[in-house]
Amino acid sequence: MTAVALIERDFSVPDIRCAGCIAKLEQGLVRDRRIASARVNFTEKRVHLSCVPDAEMPDLIGAFTTLGFEAHPIGDALGDADPAAAGSRELLRAVAVAGFAMMNIMLLSVSVWSGATGATRDLFHWLSAMIALPTIAYAGRPFFRSAWRALRHRQTNMDVPISIGVLLASALSLYETATHGPHAYFDGAVMLLFFLLCGRWLDSVMRDRARGGITALLRNMGTGAMVLGDDGKSRWVDATALEPGMVMLVAAGERLAADGDVIRGSSRLDLSLLTGESAPQLVRPDDRVHAGTLNLDAPVEVKVSAVGADTALADIARLMGEAAQGKSRYVRIADRAARLYAPAVHALALLAFVGWMVIGAGWHQSLLIAVAVLIITCPCALGLAVPAAQIVAAGELMRVGVLVKDGSALERLAEVDRAMIDKTGTLTLGRPEARDLERLDPHVQSLALALAQASRHPLSEALTRGLQALDVARADVHAIRETPGFGVEAKWSDHVVTLGRPSDPIEGDALATQLSIDGALVATIRFADRLRPDARAAIDALRADGIDVSILSGDRAAAVAPVARELAMTAQTGMSPQDKLAALARQSVTHKVLMIGDGLNDGPALAAGHASMAPGSASDVGKNASDCIFLGDRLMPIVATLRMARRTQAIVRQNFALAIGYNVIAVPLAFLGYVTPLVAALAMSGSSLLVVGNAMRLKRAIR
Amino acid sequence: MNGLAVLIPIALGLGLLGLAAFFWSLRRGQFDDLDGAALRIFVEDEEETAP
Repeated sequence: MTAVALIERDFSVPDIRCAGCIAKLEQGLVRDRRIASARVNFTEKRVHLSCVPDAEMPDLIGAFTTLGFEAHPIGDALGDADPAAAGSRELLRAVAVAGFAMMNIMLLSVSVWSGATGATRDLFHWLSAMIALPTIAYAGRPFFRSAWRALRHRQTNMDVPISIGVLLASALSLYETATHGPHAYFDGAVMLLFFLLCGRWLDSVMRDRARGGITALLRNMGTGAMVLGDDGKSRWVDATALEPGMVMLVAAGERLAADGDVIRGSSRLDLSLLTGESAPQLVRPDDRVHAGTLNLDAPVEVKVSAVGADTALADIARLMGEAAQGKSRYVRIADRAARLYAPAVHALALLAFVGWMVIGAGWHQSLLIAVAVLIITCPCALGLAVPAAQIVAAGELMRVGVLVKDGSALERLAEVDRAMIDKTGTLTLGRPEARDLERLDPHVQSLALALAQASRHPLSEALTRGLQALDVARADVHAIRETPGFGVEAKWSDHVVTLGRPSDPIEGDALATQLSIDGALVATIRFADRLRPDARAAIDALRADGIDVSILSGDRAAAVAPVARELAMTAQTGMSPQDKLAALARQSVTHKVLMIGDGLNDGPALAAGHASMAPGSASDVGKNASDCIFLGDRLMPIVATLRMARRTQAIVRQNFALAIGYNVIAVPLAFLGYVTPLVAALAMSGSSLLVVGNAMRLKRAIR
Repeated sequence: MNGLAVLIPIALGLGLLGLAAFFWSLRRGQFDDLDGAALRIFVEDEEETAP
């Protein structure tokens, strides 16, 4: 083997579920001689490959397919330093440093509290200072930075009292140490940082985890198309490298990677992700087609007319940018609490200082008490109250297949009192399902399964899924041959059976396929999108929880009416993305609206909603714009998420109450000067443990 | 007092050792795939098959 520079590539493989999958992938992939090594990251459901530079994307994906896994390429792994992941690693380092310092200072402090005096106490205080000061300078940076930013904008947040408390406490402790005083608060200051950093880190881990899951779902990243060259040969071109004028070959079952005009072939396109329309659209040469639509029927050649930001997407992206501004005005609950809390704390500390000065305790004694008040009121428990509860809730939701993007999403979800739902792909499955399969003769069923399994056509796949659900055994056929655009043909004993597009157009423009034996028609199988299995139950549960639900659909009224009737919902139909946005804005005046949708056309509404959810099958735009994503075919996770969000909010409020209750007891003690460093350490860790323990009650809250 | 002069540096040194070990493992990516690490003990090494 020659030494060639290997290139690194990352793939998202959502189906990694067990140790067996890890073994199969890592050992199976390297059998392909183009792949030098493969490493599975189970947590993020990714596979990292080192492969030879001339390995083409379809070949690599093919290597996954032969092992029975579906893989989607994600960006370039090379030097892909993710800023957010780097941020949480930075925080983890700070947690480790603060933890180390806290333990060692505590070791020294305990000996001081147990009665060390004189030179020993001074030595221990100096040692504490030597450990604490660099630690505070290093681990305190996230707080100092954020406090400084807030102060510069003449605002205040949680970090302002934290920074002032920590800095004042260390300065005063240093003075105490230098003047052989009895009390140094180094342990208190470092412990405070440690607990708060834990809270910060939890918050950032939660965001990372959700982002990892969402990247795995964004299948359109790194897609591309087979492009027909001048020499008549076709090669794979990445979506980013497509240029206007290129000719794409789009097979049945593929999504278009760019906008363009059909130049050869005719087919039907599934527009549901783009417009919400459920009926497929017939396209012929010279018709304009859009990126993101799915080719259903036959291969077509498309001349690319616009790529990237010039596609039909651009309009929607602009609308979304405007819509998202409203959401950025939301202030998180911890910051709302800080607005009241920070001035109160500072006023109390100042009051303590002035009070003791007036009584005549001297500035040193007064300052010591003021610092004790600051340390004891520092929102240690408050800093943990919110992230601890939210990360437990998000972990639980992830277990049932809901990815929550960040903590503020959970807060906003809890406030929702009205929901607007898109129809195609959200209330319905958004993919064709074969109908009335159980009415077919058993031998027809088994023949259909045998033929459908041989094809990757979307309708064949739907048929396979439907028949396998009925436990149909596959008929014994041979000499299977697929003709793109027409169907599958095979020999069954000495008959010729075909499964393919109907010879005459079926009434309406419903999707259908026909099975014939020796040219004689035996069965016509129709396909239609259908409701998600638990749609009715989920809608009823939402109503029971006091949430009004209505449909916002881009589809025609005739297609929406049966769904609305079955679910007993009101519906607005034929809406453009602008219409949806406007409808949402009207409701937002008096209500907090949850938008649930999947399509590109729902993007602006998803971005504008007080909170938003999208199914895992949604368009990338939909997934990016929404606050949380539920996986699978069921709608019940929506209900579970809303209930969990409300429970989380209740726990957060309890945590605030606990933290405030603790302050009510501790502040008078600090005021009276009874709070020594020992008391401060006990109070701080006690209240933090209490708050974390309360948050843990959310574990196993779903069933 | 003499005992302290030995014990305190030892205590701090051990603490720093732990911190260094943690940073080392963090940099080596030991915490990148926590769920996978739990499963990998079930993965059997591939048997050498004759080419």
